[in-house]
Amino acid sequence: MHALVGPNGAGKTTLFNLLTGFLRPTSGKILFRGTDITGRQPEDIVHLGIARSFQITSLFDKLTALEHLELALCSPTGLGFRFWRSQKRLGRFRGEAMELLDQVGMADEADREVGEFAYGKKRAVELALALALNPRLLLLDEPTAGMGVEDVDRTIALVSRISEGRTIVFVDHNMHVVGSLADRVTVLQQGTILVEGSYDDVRADEKVITAYLGEAHV
Amino acid sequence: MNSAPLPSAGVTDFSAIAVPSRAAIIRRSIFAAVGVFAMLVLPWIIYPPVAMDIAAWALFAISVDLLLGFGGLLSFGHAAFWGTSAYVTGYVAIHLGVPFPVAILIGALGAMVLAVPIGALSVRSSGIYFAMVTLAFAQMVFFITNQWSDVTGGENGLQGVPKTFFGIDAIESEAFYFYYAAIGIIFIGAFIAWRIVHSPFGRVLVGIRDNPSRVRALGYDVERYKLIAFVLSAGLAGIAGGVFAISHGFVSLQEVDWTTSGKVVLMTVLGGMGTLWGGAIGAAIIVILEDNLASSGFQGIGLITGLIFIACVLLFRKGIWGTAEAVIVRLRAGGRLSRRAKGPGVHADADPAPPDV
Repeated sequence: MHALVGPNGAGKTTLFNLLTGFLRPTSGKILFRGTDITGRQPEDIVHLGIARSFQITSLFDKLTALEHLELALCSPTGLGFRFWRSQKRLGRFRGEAMELLDQVGMADEADREVGEFAYGKKRAVELALALALNPRLLLLDEPTAGMGVEDVDRTIALVSRISEGRTIVFVDHNMHVVGSLADRVTVLQQGTILVEGSYDDVRADEKVITAYLGEAHV
Repeated sequence: MNSAPLPSAGVTDFSAIAVPSRAAIIRRSIFAAVGVFAMLVLPWIIYPPVAMDIAAWALFAISVDLLLGFGGLLSFGHAAFWGTSAYVTGYVAIHLGVPFPVAILIGALGAMVLAVPIGALSVRSSGIYFAMVTLAFAQMVFFITNQWSDVTGGENGLQGVPKTFFGIDAIESEAFYFYYAAIGIIFIGAFIAWRIVHSPFGRVLVGIRDNPSRVRALGYDVERYKLIAFVLSAGLAGIAGGVFAISHGFVSLQEVDWTTSGKVVLMTVLGGMGTLWGGAIGAAIIVILEDNLASSGFQGIGLITGLIFIACVLLFRKGIWGTAEAVIVRLRAGGRLSRRAKGPGVHADADPAPPDV
């Protein structure tokens, strides 16, 4: 599990957008498991095994939590093109969808529209959506942003539980989260790597302290 | 295109348009049954050719709503498909002498074939750019139709389109009976639209409307979905245009004119975007209004329809159907119907932002 930290504008979200194909690099190559994915479309990259969550919660207000998961699980099957079939067909993903919702502690709320959810619950659905794609590499953009202390601890536990068998790269400003989860930490500043190492090394690094950690680490 | 639009808080607000709940689906089925009944008695009430016009325009508006209300794509060039199908249908009916449903089917297929390249080039854009690109292509279709007078008759149009139907004289010569032969085709078109909206494809389409970046991030090829929706919509517009051509017995340049694209958007907005059937209500109102104004010798039809459009956009954005639905929901919730809700400004408590189309 790898954490990205750095002040605003350091290029953390931009990196995610590059990795998931939402932005195209002006130069250089992006390799994923030996495959060149530079310039591939976002939808192709998903199917190669990279999924992301968004920094700004990005859901469909009028769909229920369950319908969100159905939509995600339907994606690799091609069922989405069946315009002559009933929507009830999506019901076949129900079991799997409920399992995923259960994993993020949302099984009881499956049939509510996410527009009604408080922030923390929306983040949980967001996480379940990324998991539904069963990615090898999971990119989480500020999974705990705007959460209360309790939700943060729940999310930490959740993220470490789902990290089995996959790589997780996440961005977070909360050093408690970074310290609890990350094996490696990379500090970005203005688009370049400032320091990289274990949390304790990075914490002790003078450059980091002056650039960032000093004021942010309470 | 080197980058897709990034998700932002300002995602197009279509919050007024809900994905239907189970209760809503049942309610809508009842409405649909009432709608079918209304369409069946229509030629008893009004002049049958006008009734046929209403039915054809209703399906046309439904096809536009499929794109606009469910895909978030405002096509301002749908006359290209309605008109192309009208010409193909007319040409086939005149020269091949097949029964008119076959001619209409060929016309609709022609519209879909045309929609593939136009759609492929249009769906890369969205919002106002999509509207402008589709308008530009529709103008090209108009230009070609006008110039290619050997086939299309140019400014004279196609005259003498027959209502060939297995030699059954009543249907071939009397508008009243023709209506019943043709209305089934309209019903089939409307059913196809309903099926699409309530299919897995429809779910993805609504997702694309509300948040295209998120749908991409789930692994969906958004442009392909938009293209399929575009072609399907063009096919439905084509069915409607074919029925219109057969019903009138001639095809004129009016069918590919940009004002036809504008009129159908007006009907859709008036009836209510994202309601599917609302477009039929809008079509009925506009067609009857135009018919009455024209027969009274009034010249300023455009002024009236223009004012209606402005009133729609400013006062009740959910359209007639959406407004009625909101009132019903409120009544069912046991909520007191406020005085404001009786007027056109029903959106008082949940005023949606103007759809960013």
